[in-house]
Amino acid sequence: MAAGTVLSRLRLALWGLVAVAAFAAGALFLGNLQEAARQGSSLPGAARFGGDFQLVDHNGQAFSSEALKGKPHALFFGFTHCPDICPTTLFEMTKHLEELGSKADALKIFFVTVDPARDTPEHLKKYLSAFDERITGLTGTPDQVAKAVKAYRVFAEKVPTGDGDYTMNHTATVYLFDAKGTLASTLSWQEDEKTRLAKLKRLADRG
Amino acid sequence: MTNRLLAVLAVLVACVATNMPDQVRAGEKAAGIKIEKPWTRVTPPGAKVAAGFMTITNTGNEADRLVSGSVALAKTVEIHEMSMKDGIMRMNEVDAGLEIAPGATVVLKPGGYHLMFMGLTAEPQEGQPVKGKLKFEKAGEVAVEFAVAPLGAKSIGGGDKMTGSHEKDGMDHGNHHMNHGK
Repeated sequence: MAAGTVLSRLRLALWGLVAVAAFAAGALFLGNLQEAARQGSSLPGAARFGGDFQLVDHNGQAFSSEALKGKPHALFFGFTHCPDICPTTLFEMTKHLEELGSKADALKIFFVTVDPARDTPEHLKKYLSAFDERITGLTGTPDQVAKAVKAYRVFAEKVPTGDGDYTMNHTATVYLFDAKGTLASTLSWQEDEKTRLAKLKRLADRG
Repeated sequence: MTNRLLAVLAVLVACVATNMPDQVRAGEKAAGIKIEKPWTRVTPPGAKVAAGFMTITNTGNEADRLVSGSVALAKTVEIHEMSMKDGIMRMNEVDAGLEIAPGATVVLKPGGYHLMFMGLTAEPQEGQPVKGKLKFEKAGEVAVEFAVAPLGAKSIGGGDKMTGSHEKDGMDHGNHHMNHGK
């Protein structure tokens, strides 16, 4: 009887140890994940985003995705006939670049139009003159733009408006790529400014 | 004594009101549309579109509908709703107009409902209010003046506390109350 009690106590204690070990292992695993996230490891599926493209910058110069290699960069898609999210994103980006100060010099920022028919290099240049000069506008032929849109897995569609004109529905996410060209993080217009700024800072630090 | 007198008066007024011809009563109450803080913002150079925002309250007892509008510096105005889902920004024209239920307040703001000013003929300038007109199904035409906020503004001025004291900034010029029949 006494031996049985001792045994069952021992069993209980052992199970307790198992629970502690499991908890510790779980915590370590989670900690590693969080640490990885803090270090800015690439996101799951990151390799699927981005790719080679040939476009034209807002100065009318050919711009190849080769130029992105070795430089951390942010890239987002939009168009200038956009009343809200595009100018807001450009405005917020301008503010963040200012806040980052010289750190921002390490970053390249690209605004790629999904509306090449209306967004010529000249028009992009004029439009972007209201924002930070480190933001480069990219456009191209419809085919060139379509290729970039596809490479970045961006959604873009024309929506006719009442007056025979059109507007665009499009992915509004800002993609952050590290110097190796791997998707490191994203910015959303809906998250708070501090989070966005911290992500950009991390990208600049990480290189 | 005075209180009793007032109570009697109130009852009398109520009686008169309820005995008024139906049409007049319905007209007066249904057409109550209050528009607060109409605003737009500075656009980047060369922009062809801008957005207009405001708060609309239906103070009447019948649903009304914002059906169209016009502004001095754009060829056309459409009522749009922006939505974000899975990172995709979508813009939809509110074809049937924007319904405002009796007693309800609808806020047109960045990221949601807005007036889309299309085909800009001039760029909005800070401190220079933009004249416009809104057309409601029941309340008819309402004149408004859009205050112009800086580029990238998410709201006009200091939020909801804006009152007459800021009039000189052109921030509060656009408040209009309308409460008349069709």
